[in-house]
Amino acid sequence: MNCVLGPGNILHDTLLFRVIYDGVGHVLPCWLSYAVAGLAIMLILVNGVLLGAGLFSWVERRLIGRFHNRIGPNRWGPFGSLQPLADLVKLLLKEDLTPKGADRIIFAIVPVAMLAPVVLVMAVVPFAKDTALANLNVGVLYILAVTSITSIAIFMAGWASDNRYAMFGASRGVAVLISYEVPVVMSLLGVVLVAGSMSLADIVSAQTVPFLLVQPLAFFVFFAGTSAELNRTPFDLAEAESELIAGYHIEYSGVKFALIQAAEFGAVLTSSAVMVTLFLSGWSGPFSNYLGWAWFLMKIGVLAFIFSWIRATFPRLRIDQLMAFAWKFLLPLSIINLFATALEVYFLRDSAGTLDTTDLWIMAGINFGLAFACILVFGTLIREKVRPAGPATGATLSPGEAD
Amino acid sequence: MLFQDIVFWILSVVAVGGALGVVLVPDLFRAALLLILVFMAVAGFFVLLSAEFLAVVQVLIYVGAIAILIIFAVMLTRDVQRGNLPNRLQIPAAVFSALLLAALVTVAVDTQWEFLPAEHQQRVELVQTSAVTTLTGEVLTEEGVTGPEEQAEVREAGLADLLISDYVLPFEAVSVLLLAALIGALVLVRPNPGTGRG
Repeated sequence: MNCVLGPGNILHDTLLFRVIYDGVGHVLPCWLSYAVAGLAIMLILVNGVLLGAGLFSWVERRLIGRFHNRIGPNRWGPFGSLQPLADLVKLLLKEDLTPKGADRIIFAIVPVAMLAPVVLVMAVVPFAKDTALANLNVGVLYILAVTSITSIAIFMAGWASDNRYAMFGASRGVAVLISYEVPVVMSLLGVVLVAGSMSLADIVSAQTVPFLLVQPLAFFVFFAGTSAELNRTPFDLAEAESELIAGYHIEYSGVKFALIQAAEFGAVLTSSAVMVTLFLSGWSGPFSNYLGWAWFLMKIGVLAFIFSWIRATFPRLRIDQLMAFAWKFLLPLSIINLFATALEVYFLRDSAGTLDTTDLWIMAGINFGLAFACILVFGTLIREKVRPAGPATGATLSPGEAD
Repeated sequence: MLFQDIVFWILSVVAVGGALGVVLVPDLFRAALLLILVFMAVAGFFVLLSAEFLAVVQVLIYVGAIAILIIFAVMLTRDVQRGNLPNRLQIPAAVFSALLLAALVTVAVDTQWEFLPAEHQQRVELVQTSAVTTLTGEVLTEEGVTGPEEQAEVREAGLADLLISDYVLPFEAVSVLLLAALIGALVLVRPNPGTGRG
């Protein structure tokens, strides 16, 4: 039985699927090898994200240890690299508790609802030439739609746990998510305008100049907005340890806690993957026909390192500062960026409506100037808004009683 | 075809069961979550009809925005723990629901479902037949190129053209509705004049 995907098939361009399908097709009937290839791809995707999350949890703990001038986990395996495995075994052996007043069904769905969007995002991201699992022509919208499910999962966790701290954490988390969604979407519009397409494969191939250079302001807004949506330290009000103990996942233990943690660490990687695709020209680089996946993973690694760096460096924001940062700083910047990009595309495009490399470099020059000017102006404006008048309370204490 | 039928029936059971659940479950929060399930099932129908754009927008707007608003409203409602209290509006509600259902069914049955120009229609049919055979693993390699990009172009571009040309008035009316909802919310939360800083 020789099953071959012809060029008319929607999945013909998905290299990974075609390879598995053709390989399995030698021994199995066609419909079965179709199912086998699909299941194999799903397994690769889910386990890839979970493995990446485990690996990243170790890397980040080591990194933050170094940033804090301590050692970090270093006991098991070379440099402690088997630590995620030890964590996993420990969490699997722990008792899986459900609080007495909890809504048991919703409580049990939450970990899956947290992890699902993280995995689903990776379905449209091309990790090498022609390797996106689904080359949707509305890829950017798909990513936004799928990630919006996270806020419902957080809400479910807070509501079902029957715990005031969880509820506070969930309300804060959802407030942050829906506030930062606005600038993030607006900044993506600039990228879509320049690329002229919402398909991630097209956006990668449009980046003869990486969009990090063409759209610096959009990258800044997207990066800041995404790290807020990931609930990581400068923006981690939803799970602020010193105020809410653990926020919305306070009541979770055992396997469910492991899944929620995996979703949080995996989300960093998938967000980095999206950013690499949208701003850092995805898998392209020298020898990208063979080494596309290596470039892709390397760029993800760089972004994930920056995420860890930010987490280790900045103190947590207050809730009013958090909201001011979204609405008074990021939103105006993203609107300015969208307006400027629209004007540039309108004046620079040729009669066929496309931009060549020279146009992109011109845009990069203009936009870098614009980005610095805007960040300086709005940074000065917002600094007076978020600082309370008068001396801070800490300053009135004498040094001895400060803590 | 068989595969699509199976998916259609699964989605239908989820959608109808979820919709019944929304009405019958006493716990408001669970009802809201079931509503999200219904929205997702409808998005699944759109995917089945090869309308990925509509499916994605369905999830983005209904699940990502409207469901969140509903859940916020549930959270801010008093006595929500006691569930959805019965009240005297059951009969009017039943009448209006029946009228709405009748209107929807009439429209769905009476409409001539042909929106695309004839030359597009033919290509879309070709696309659909190739999509069907794709699912069973066989490939249609006949008359004309029907690559995924071209198929998508026919679908989404046609929709966009219609939205800002023939159907621009309903399209704008929807945004006026949203504006009205926004103003209504502002009126509701405004402090009473005289008592506060109105």
